[in-house]
Amino acid sequence: MLGLNNKDLRLFIIVICLTVFAPFILNPFPETSELAQFNAGYPDLMQRFIIFGIFAIGFNILFGLTGYLSFGHAAFLGVGSYAAIWMMKLLTLNVIPAILMSIVFAGLFAVVVGYISLRRSGIYFSILTLAFAQMSYALAYSVLTPITGGETGLQIKATDTPLLSNLAEGEIGRANLFGLDMRSSFELELGNWLFTFNAGYYIAVVFMLIAFYLSIRLFRSPFGMMLRAVKSNQQRMNYTGLNSKPYTLAAFVISGMYAGLAGGLMVAMDTQVGPERMFWTASGEVVLMSILGGAGTLIGPVLGAGMIKYMENIISKINDNILHKWFEFMPDGIEDFLVTIIHPFIGKGWHLTLGLLFMAVIIFLPGGLVELGQRIGRLFRRGGSKDTAAQSTPAE
Amino acid sequence: MEALILQILNGLDKGSAYALIALGLTLIFGTLGVVNFAHGALFMIGAFCAVTLQRILSISRETIDETRTDFLGNPLKVDIPYVYDWFGADAGQMIINWSVPLAILFSIPIMMLVGVIMERGLIKHFYKRPHADQILVTFGLAIVLQEIIKAIYGANPIPTPAPAALDGSFDFGVLIGMENIIYPYWRLIYFAFAMITIAAVFAFLQFTTFGMVVRAGMADRETVGLLGINIDRRFTIMFAIAACVAGLAGVMYTPINSPNYHMGMDFLVLSFVVVVVGGMGSLPGAVLAGFLLGILESFASMAQVIAIIPGINQVIIYLVAIIVLLTRPRGLMGRKGVMEE
Repeated sequence: MLGLNNKDLRLFIIVICLTVFAPFILNPFPETSELAQFNAGYPDLMQRFIIFGIFAIGFNILFGLTGYLSFGHAAFLGVGSYAAIWMMKLLTLNVIPAILMSIVFAGLFAVVVGYISLRRSGIYFSILTLAFAQMSYALAYSVLTPITGGETGLQIKATDTPLLSNLAEGEIGRANLFGLDMRSSFELELGNWLFTFNAGYYIAVVFMLIAFYLSIRLFRSPFGMMLRAVKSNQQRMNYTGLNSKPYTLAAFVISGMYAGLAGGLMVAMDTQVGPERMFWTASGEVVLMSILGGAGTLIGPVLGAGMIKYMENIISKINDNILHKWFEFMPDGIEDFLVTIIHPFIGKGWHLTLGLLFMAVIIFLPGGLVELGQRIGRLFRRGGSKDTAAQSTPAE
Repeated sequence: MEALILQILNGLDKGSAYALIALGLTLIFGTLGVVNFAHGALFMIGAFCAVTLQRILSISRETIDETRTDFLGNPLKVDIPYVYDWFGADAGQMIINWSVPLAILFSIPIMMLVGVIMERGLIKHFYKRPHADQILVTFGLAIVLQEIIKAIYGANPIPTPAPAALDGSFDFGVLIGMENIIYPYWRLIYFAFAMITIAAVFAFLQFTTFGMVVRAGMADRETVGLLGINIDRRFTIMFAIAACVAGLAGVMYTPINSPNYHMGMDFLVLSFVVVVVGGMGSLPGAVLAGFLLGILESFASMAQVIAIIPGINQVIIYLVAIIVLLTRPRGLMGRKGVMEE
């Protein structure tokens, strides 16, 4: 079905279910319970899961398949964002043209950057992409202020009058999809649980599912095969008389367009953009996501993106008081000791946790979370049950 | 003419920092073949060694001075640093004042130790892994080190002044018969210090037996190993020396810019560009490119230049890097065949 084999179809259906029912899945704890702070089912965070998921899927098409490590992918995200917000300011507040424009512009920018950067490989490629991204960041921050708004960035203001949206005088426009406000949501109360279904989230989900489907098809296509060949031995490939450059450039542009889509969606959700979105640490973040989840696998980057965004939002919210509450049952001395030990890793220190986790993954699990899943799956299969067919390890 | 000389001088101190960090990076790459993204973090740790020493020296005991009163009429509380007790008030104050130069001595053993731990504990296990893995694991390490420093010292920059005697500026123009070339002492000292450090590293590699073995190891590691020389241990020491160079660059940089936890990351990207422009694995290339790019950057930030090409000061280094990489793949002074693909 859909041109997928059984395994991929199963994976795709799992992803559909997960994303569609995410408001339920991410809200397992009742509002009144102490654990409610671990709920991730609020629209803002769920949107971020999806958007960064798209970003990571795109990055993975380049890094996972061809092995070219780009340290400047945030530039495409930024270009996409700026393109989208200008569409909204000038043309219409409908998100569709904005998102299409963001993909187009990011793609064009990726053609230029890719054409130049891909003349080198290895560490030089990383440095070149990094240099381009830092240049875009510096320019967006300083000289291009008329276009990018400089340090303050761009927002939709009351003075903006998009051509096709007839706004009342002084009304601040809101992003919408044919009249459906991106911020409108439907809340469902079931006992102590509160589930929020947000319009913007589901629109992002539709885009993400399309993006994910395309990436599965790309992974399984002859084109994807060619990209893998680039990763395993580009030299040998060139010696056989095959020019690998168009393939890598195509992969680079596709992955840039994914980043642009993510940038466009970001603008569609919160209608603002600033240059810090293009800073090289933002590019580093998507690298972390892909590796953490498992580079070169289909589902890995999405998992990684979800995990990092979850940590960023949830771990950074834990503070000492909450820790004290958790360890209340222990004797005072041990309680204080534990809190002191854990203190640097939570709240503002969540980056430390992230860094340690990332190092651990690189050292022990080069395949990321997906490899962890496979290892655990294998362990279970070897351990007891003989029905190997029933066990489903995360598909590659 | 004055403006040009002033810009060259301005470029020298930034160029010194680039050159020192790039030198360390190249040493590590040339000996161990590892791309170390945590090198900026070593620079930062060096800077925080200076902060730490300043804090240690200023540890005080609180005494009550009966002869003076505060505005409420209570006896005034005075903090007296312990160094005052040990060396007398004048000498003690001087030691505190000179904490940044003293931190050079203080930081050398610390940086050596950090370097050895890093190499033996982590990087050793990554020799055989692909370059991408090395970049990623050291990138992770850089995040961790930076966050540890942030957890200890907070996120704000910490001012660490130079000794008062060296704090002013002097009129450089008088020496060469020109007007209006005022230049801070400390930046000149930084430049001189960088030159001495660089010369020391080169002399060490060129004129000692140890350095000779290391150079042989850089050229052909396997053969040196077969000759019964424990090249791994020597490379570990070279890593420690590289860490030391970065750390010292950080120590001396503190009076120019108050250290904060992300200064390493800020310098890292630029130093990598410097290394690549200079030629991967070439020590003179790294130094040359460091000074060259520093001076270029300061020329690009002249008002006259910005008036012609707006924003050039922000992008000049990257622009040069892109041009060099595309036209001369092995960098300015890179050897043939080293990381040239």
